[in-house]
Amino acid sequence: MRRWLLPALLLAALLALWQVACSTGAIADALSLESYLVPSPTEIASSLWENRELLAENAWVTLREMVLGIVAALAVGVGFAVLMHRWRVLRDAAYPLVVASQTIPIVVIAPILVVWFGYGIAPKIVIVALICFFPITVNALDGLRSVDPEAVKMMRSLDASQWQRFRRVEAPAALPSLFTGIKIAVVVAPIAAVFAEWAGSDSGLGHLIQSDTAYFQVARQFATVAVLSALALILIGLVALAERRVVSWR
Amino acid sequence: MELGIGGASHAYGDLQTLDSLDLAVAAEGVIGLVGPSGCGKSTLLELICGLQEQRAGTISVGGATEAHERLRRCAFMPQRDLLLPWYSAIDNAALALRNQGMGRGEARDAAGALFERFGLAGFEAARPAELSGGMRQRVAFLRTLVAGKPVLALDEPFASLDAITRAEMQEWLATALRTDPRTVVLVTHDVEEALYLCDRVAVLSARPARIVAELSAPAPRAADRDAAVTDPAFVAAREEALRALREGSA
Repeated sequence: MRRWLLPALLLAALLALWQVACSTGAIADALSLESYLVPSPTEIASSLWENRELLAENAWVTLREMVLGIVAALAVGVGFAVLMHRWRVLRDAAYPLVVASQTIPIVVIAPILVVWFGYGIAPKIVIVALICFFPITVNALDGLRSVDPEAVKMMRSLDASQWQRFRRVEAPAALPSLFTGIKIAVVVAPIAAVFAEWAGSDSGLGHLIQSDTAYFQVARQFATVAVLSALALILIGLVALAERRVVSWR
Repeated sequence: MELGIGGASHAYGDLQTLDSLDLAVAAEGVIGLVGPSGCGKSTLLELICGLQEQRAGTISVGGATEAHERLRRCAFMPQRDLLLPWYSAIDNAALALRNQGMGRGEARDAAGALFERFGLAGFEAARPAELSGGMRQRVAFLRTLVAGKPVLALDEPFASLDAITRAEMQEWLATALRTDPRTVVLVTHDVEEALYLCDRVAVLSARPARIVAELSAPAPRAADRDAAVTDPAFVAAREEALRALREGSA
C-alpha cells in the first residue's frame, strides 16, 4: 500500500503544482512564452482524450517496433551469449567488440539504416534491436558465467552431458541475470524507437511528436510522451511479472 | 581391489600438489583422507573421480584407468551441498537418474523411495531454501547415492554444519553405509570424523601430499557413536593420527 501511495501522492502534488503554475501563467511568464505553448495537466489530459484514436493508432505502431525489436535482440543476444560461453575463443574475440560497439551513437546510424531498409518497420526493428542487444547479451553471458564450477563438476560426476549441464544448471542459473538485461532493454527500447522514427517514418509516437513540433501542438506532444512512457511501464510490468513466474526460486 | 592408486603425482603449473602417492581400497571399503588444509586432498578426490587427469602414475577404479571411465564409476559429492535452487528436493535427488535418461516420474519414484529412510519424508516438494542445513546435506548425499555408482567420493561433506548437526549426520551416514555399503573415499580435516566413519584413515602431509601414516579404525561406523569415540582404543588412534598430521604438516 505504502509502496504505491507515497509515489502516487508525490505525483499528484507535482501535477497540482504544475497546474497552478500554468493557470497563473507563471511558467509562460518566466519563459516569456505565449501561454498556449505551456499546457497545463488538465489541457494535456483533454488533449489525450480528444486525440485518443490518433494516439492509439500511433502507439500501436511504436509498440510493435519496440516489442519486435526486443524479441529480435533477445533471440540474437541470448544465442550469441550461449555461443560465446561455449567457445572461449569466440568470447575473447567478440566480447571487446560488443562492448566497443556501444560507443557508436545510434542517432548517427539510424538515418543510414533508413537509407538501407526504407521507411517501413524494418529499420525501426533493427535500431531497437541494436540498442537492446547489448544489455541482453552482456547480462546473459554474465549469468552463464556465474555458474559455480563445483556445480559443473558435480553434474559431470552425475553423468550429465554437455546439453544436460546447460539445460539443468547453466541456463536456469543465468535466468535472473538475463531478466535484468531484458528490463534494461525495455527501458531503452522507447528511446530507440523514437530515434528510429525521427530518422524517417510516417507514423508512430516519435513521428507524431516530431510533426506536432511544426504546428506548436505542445499539449498533444505532452500527451504523446505520456502514452509513450505508459507503454514502457506496461512492458516493464509484464517483464517483472514473467520474471516472478519463471525465476520462482528467488 | 576397487580403487588402486600407484605412484600418482599431480601439479598445477609448477605447483606440485601430489607426490607419488599409493593407495588401495577394497570393494565396499571406506577410506578417510585427512591432511592439513590446502594439501591436495580435494585434488586427489577429483583425480580419483576422473574430473581431472593426473600428471603421472596410475589410478584405477573398478579396473578402469581412463579418466572418463573413472567418471562413470564414481559419484562426487562436493563440499557445499550445491542443491539446485530451481529444483525441488526430490528432483535434486533424482538428478543423476534424469541425466542417465530416466523419465521424470520414474526418477522421482526411485529417489522418493529413499526419502523416508533418510528422514526426509514430507519434504519431497520442498525447495532447497526451505530445508535446514542437515536436511540439505542429506538430500545432497541422497543425490550422490541414487546415481548408483560403486564409488562415492565425499569432499568434507559435513564441514559447513554446526557441531551437533555434524555429529548427528556422522551417525546418520554410518547407518546409511551399514544398510547400503559402498566403496567410499571421504576427505575431511576432522580426524575424529574419519576414524568414526572409515575402516582406514590415510594421513596426508602438507603439499605436495604424500601419505605419512595409515591407521585402522578400532570400531568403524559403530551404532553407538558416543561410546565409540570415547573408547580408549579410539582415543589412542585419534592421538596417533593427530601426531602424524602435525609431523606431516611441519
